[in-house]
Amino acid sequence: MNLKRIGVIGAGVMGVGVAQALVQTGHDVVLVDIRDDILDQAKGQIYQNIRLSRLFNRPQENDKSPEQLIAQICFTTDYQQLHDVDFVVENSTEKWAIKKEIYPQLDAICPPDTVFAANTSCISITRIGSVTHRPDKIVGMHFMNPVPMKPTVEVIRGYHTSEASLATAHQFLAGMNKDGIVVNDSPGFVSNRVLMLTINEAAFLLHEGVSNAKDVDDIFKKCFGHKMGPLETADLIGLDTILYSIEVLYESFADSKYRPCPLLQKMVDAGLYGRKSGTGFYTY
Amino acid sequence: MESDVKQEIRVFLAKYFKDYDLRDDEDIFAAGFVNSLFAMQIVLFIEQQMGISIANDELQLDNFRTINAMNNLIMGKKAPTA
Repeated sequence: MNLKRIGVIGAGVMGVGVAQALVQTGHDVVLVDIRDDILDQAKGQIYQNIRLSRLFNRPQENDKSPEQLIAQICFTTDYQQLHDVDFVVENSTEKWAIKKEIYPQLDAICPPDTVFAANTSCISITRIGSVTHRPDKIVGMHFMNPVPMKPTVEVIRGYHTSEASLATAHQFLAGMNKDGIVVNDSPGFVSNRVLMLTINEAAFLLHEGVSNAKDVDDIFKKCFGHKMGPLETADLIGLDTILYSIEVLYESFADSKYRPCPLLQKMVDAGLYGRKSGTGFYTY
Repeated sequence: MESDVKQEIRVFLAKYFKDYDLRDDEDIFAAGFVNSLFAMQIVLFIEQQMGISIANDELQLDNFRTINAMNNLIMGKKAPTA
């Protein structure tokens, strides 16, 4: 299957990263969002990120300029532009109310054999499949941020996802110079179920006065050899997102081990979201 | 003027290099403190704070490796052209 023209839904942080990684690996992209100002901002960001990525990958003689790569992206609010895409990566907000409106539209407009990848860290792939007529062609793809720099993606098999669709997903990722690790559909999949509990427990350690942020992180970095500790990771992801994710796990499993740490709740209430607000477990 | 530019760079870097006395000729990438996101922030800082634009072919790590290298890049761009 030729996977050259790719639909990317949502021009937030993840959509922008996916679109950038795609054009830098020779794809054409149709980037769809609901508002023109979001798309304008995305265009500026992608241009800047492509330009700055040259710091780390010296451009070869035949490489396209940032201007040429940007021209490979069609920025649009019109879903009809997706009528001939070979593959779709959907990156809308992590809310079921939003996603359940998007998939029936994609289903109606895109070619019948196009596989849809939901870029999500928490929403059920099986449930997404249920609002389309192609549940066998829905896969989960949990990309990591920043997308162009992270070589491996958590791929999720929904209840009805076919082996053929998983093969297409692997082919698609290989075309982005990435690997995929396939897991079965379950709330939080593997990555978030373990990561969110770890961050939540680290927050409890601060809440109970057992340790401080730097020492908690240093134990992970200096004892375990991790690149980042859980609390600086939380600041990078955003504490509002962390709280939301742990709440989803708590509700999904109805298990008290996922109860959000009160300190995390308080920090979010106080607007301490981490890097994006300038203060979280650390000050930036 | 040169020292002003260096001072501005030092103030910016000090936010990231806490409790560390960074020399003007010290390789900030070799020092191991800098990740790729930070390298991008340095470029944006120089463009915004110094009001210059860095051309595509100048986006090389060597131009941002030390305080001296950044200063040379900035001063070269600020120098009046003949």
